Formats: sequence, C-alpha cells, structure tokens
Amino acid sequence: MSKMHLKLKVNGEEKELLAEPRELLIHVLRERLDITGPHIGCETSHCGACTLEMNGKSVKSCTVFAAQANGAEITTIEGLAEPGTMNVLQNAFREHHGLQCGFCTPGMITRAHRLLQEIPNPTEEEVRHGMAGNLCRCTGYQNIVKSILAAASEMNAAKEAAE
Amino acid sequence: MIPAMFEYHRPADVKSAVSLLQEHGDEARVLAGGHSLIPMMKLRMAAVEHLVDIQDIEELRESKVSGDTVHIGAMVTQHELINNASLAKAAPLIREASLQIADPQVRYVGTIGGNVANGDPANDMPGLMQCLDATYALSGPSGERTVKAREFYESAFMTACEDDEILTSIAFPATTAGFAYEKQKRKIGDYATAAAAVLITMGGKTCTAASIAMTNLSDTPVWSEAAGAALVGTNCGDADIAAAVAAALNDTDPTEDSRGPVEFKRHVAGVIVRRAIERALSRA
Ligand SMILES: Cc1cc2nc3c(=O)[nH]c(=O)nc-3n(C[C@H](O)[C@H](O)[C@H](O)COP(=O)(O)OP(=O)(O)OC[C@H]3O[C@@H](n4cnc5c(N)ncnc54)[C@H](O)[C@@H]3O)c2cc1C
Ligand code: FES
Ligand code: FES
Repeated sequence: MSKMHLKLKVNGEEKELLAEPRELLIHVLRERLDITGPHIGCETSHCGACTLEMNGKSVKSCTVFAAQANGAEITTIEGLAEPGTMNVLQNAFREHHGLQCGFCTPGMITRAHRLLQEIPNPTEEEVRHGMAGNLCRCTGYQNIVKSILAAASEMNAAKEAAE
Repeated sequence: MIPAMFEYHRPADVKSAVSLLQEHGDEARVLAGGHSLIPMMKLRMAAVEHLVDIQDIEELRESKVSGDTVHIGAMVTQHELINNASLAKAAPLIREASLQIADPQVRYVGTIGGNVANGDPANDMPGLMQCLDATYALSGPSGERTVKAREFYESAFMTACEDDEILTSIAFPATTAGFAYEKQKRKIGDYATAAAAVLITMGGKTCTAASIAMTNLSDTPVWSEAAGAALVGTNCGDADIAAAVAAALNDTDPTEDSRGPVEFKRHVAGVIVRRAIERALSRA
C-alpha cells in the first residue's frame, strides 16, 4: 500500500512528508519531525500526555491518524512560546509547583492553553472538568489547578491593563 | 499499538462516500471522529482495508431545529452538542448526557453519528435516542431510508446500518418535558456501569407521558416501555417510582465484566434509574 503525501502546519511552519495512512500523528511528530514535546504515556487514548491542538481543538494525538490531520494546523507545547522563553502558563506551572517529573506537563499546558481560550475566567470546577482528559501520577492535581487559575488571573489582568 | 495497513479515502460528499463503501463491501469502514474505531484498529480487533474518512462532508455537520423537530448531522461532535445554545434549549437532555461522555479531548472529536452507529452497548447516545424516540437517516446505493432508533440495534456491534450505508442525520421531537441523564461510572472518562435517560411530562399533579431508557445493561440499549407506563396516570409517588424502577430492571440483562458482577449492576441500575426519575420529576 502506497504512502501518502501529507502537508501539516506545525507551530506555524509548513511541513511536508510521506507517511503510511496508518501512522499515528504522535509518531509522525516525534519520530519524523523531531517534535518531541507531546509525550506517549498510555498510547490508548486515556492519559492525555500526547495532547496537542489541532484546528483549534485539544486532541489526543495517539488516537488520530496522520492522514486525518492532512491539511491541519497543529500547535504543540513547542509552539506556545518562543524558544528560550516561557509563556504565562509555563511560568505559572513553575511558580506553583504544577509539575514534579514533568511527563504529563506538555499535555497539561497545551490543554490548559485551549481551555483558557474558551473560558478565560474559569472557576476551579471548570478547570477540573476541563482538564479531566489529562492524568498526572505525581502532583495530585491540586497544584496543577492552582497554576491554571493563577495563569488565568494573570492573563486577565494583562488584558485589562491593555484596555 | 500500530494498526494493520489500510487504504485511506477522504470523499467530499455523501454520494462518493457511499460508492466507496459499495465498491469495497465489508472491507471498508466509515471513519468519523475515530475515537471508537481507531482504538479497536490499534488493538487489531477491527480489520479494515479501506477507511472512508467523512470529515470533509460539510452537509453532515449541519444541525437545526425546525418547528417541533430537532435535526442533528452525523458529524456534529459532542463538544458542539454541549455548546450549541439552540440544541440545548430544544433538547437539554442531549447536553446533560454529552457532558458525561468521556473527557474534553474525546468530546472535541467524537461525533453523534459515530456514537450511535458504533453499536457498542456502552455508548451513551443510543440509550438517549431510545428515550427521545429518535429516527436515523441512512444513505445507501439505492437512496435514503429512515430507521427508528428503537429498531436499529440488533445485538452488540450489530445494527440495521448496512455495510454500504452512511448514517447521515438524526431527528427527534423537541421536548419541554422534565429530563435527566444519570450515569454511574468508575472514574471520569469511563463508560457507564449503568446509566438512565428519563423524560417526564406532568399535567398538573398527574404524569401524562414518561420515557425511560438505559445504557450498558444489555447487549443493546434498553427502552423500557413498561417503566414509562408504570408512571403514566399516577402522581409519581414513592410507590409509583418503585414500580417503574422494578419494571425497568425487569427489561435489563446485564452480564458480568470488569465493571462488576450481575447482581451489583442490577443494584446500581436500580439506584440510577430512581435518581434519574426523581431528577426529571423535579424539572417537570
Ligand atoms: C477515553 C475514551 C472514553 C470514552 N468514553 C465514552 C463514554 O463515556 N461514553 C460514550 O458514549 N462514548 C465514549 N467514548 C467513545 C467516544 O464517544 C467515541 O468518539 C464515539 O463512540 C464514536 O464516535 P466517533 O465519531 O469517534 O466514531 P468512529 O470511532 O469514527 O466510528 C465508530 C463506528 O461507527 C461507524 N460510523 C461512524 N460514523 C458513521 C456514520 N456516519 N455512518 C455509519 N457508520 C458510522 C464507524 O465505521 C465505526 O464502526 C470514549 C472514547 C475514548 C477514547
Ligand atoms: S498517549 Fe495519547 S492519551 Fe495517553
Ligand atoms: S508531573 Fe509527573 S506525571 Fe504529572
């Protein structure tokens, strides 16, 4: 069976490659494009470590064929801030101990980024419901929730100051 | 966790999708959100030679409320079902259930069409569709036909949808009845140990209509006509609810699996059906 010619826009850059239709998006990113921010935790659609943003939606890239993503715009943790800098969420996770081993963190932050686009001023309950697809084996979630709420207030304060 | 090889197709309209299905027969499968099918393919429990991805078929994404009827296109996602205000108004039951399905990432891609066509008794939407008395529209080589949701499910993963047919949309009557979807699950993102969908209409103090359906308590979704009948004409007092719960349980046929033995499932089902009835009543 023949390979497909795929075009993806990853973190603002056009990428073209040949892939078998059965290749999963997470494998294409990590193994072919060297974008290793999204992690493989369970590989069974449960843990959310492979979460990235595809056409404005948080998706688990271990459950998407690269062929389905043909033509899509993709943002991974690498695309959230300029190299060498950190965005508001990344800083908040550092400040509030939102990570320990860090394995779940790229998925957490990429998901939280989308959540805050949709609900800029979430309640704690909305954060917990909105983050329910991401598992963490270290932190017990308290500090992850705290980090996201802190990032939200910082982003809102910055928005107000700009107005 | 890499699936077997397949050929990938992405048709732009229903007609081309149907002709691909017709050409490849039972070697072809429709791919919607993929969040039931891809895990099965990764486990190599589903063998597919031709995958027909219907994401580009715009007409399958439409939904509208026209008069008293709600129409939802097969490719409308659970995320959209939660966030669409006019749907939430015409069928709040759909929103309440969608919020209890899987997790946010899955809901962005999982579609209503995939959920009802999958045929897995653990899926939540088929039970809801029993409760709402929905009708499915199917498109095949010889044109369109409709099938009632209550006649669609034959056994686990066996439905009235033929290999060369696509489920294009779902229709059901808009309703202002009291509603509830109650679901017991082991953890967030899990399928139901037991779930119940209930619609109740009260005329004054008397119940004038009731529809009660259940998820994952048999090899197909269960619509319990007897449970609804036990409430109609009563004032839905404690004894009437107990009679409805007993009638509902009588229509279930759970099997033992990782979610527990039969006795436990019946117990949970009883609790869940009662809660759903009480909550629907409080909103009727
Ligand atoms: C972690 C996780 C948790 C989940 N939890 C739940 C849950 O709690 N409750 C629940 O209900 N679901 C749950 N799901 C399933 C999820 O909601 C699926 O997305 C949904 O069941 C199927 O929708 P899909 O669009 O992904 O369909 P697909 O996976 O693309 O398709 C499913 C099946 O339906 C067929 N099909 C799809 N669309 C059509 C069509 N238009 N016409 C004809 N055939 C079609 C396909 O060929 C396939 O056989 C969960 C999934 C995951 C990964
Ligand atoms: S690796 Fe994709 S959900 Fe766990
Ligand atoms: S920080 Fe270790 S898994 Fe979350």
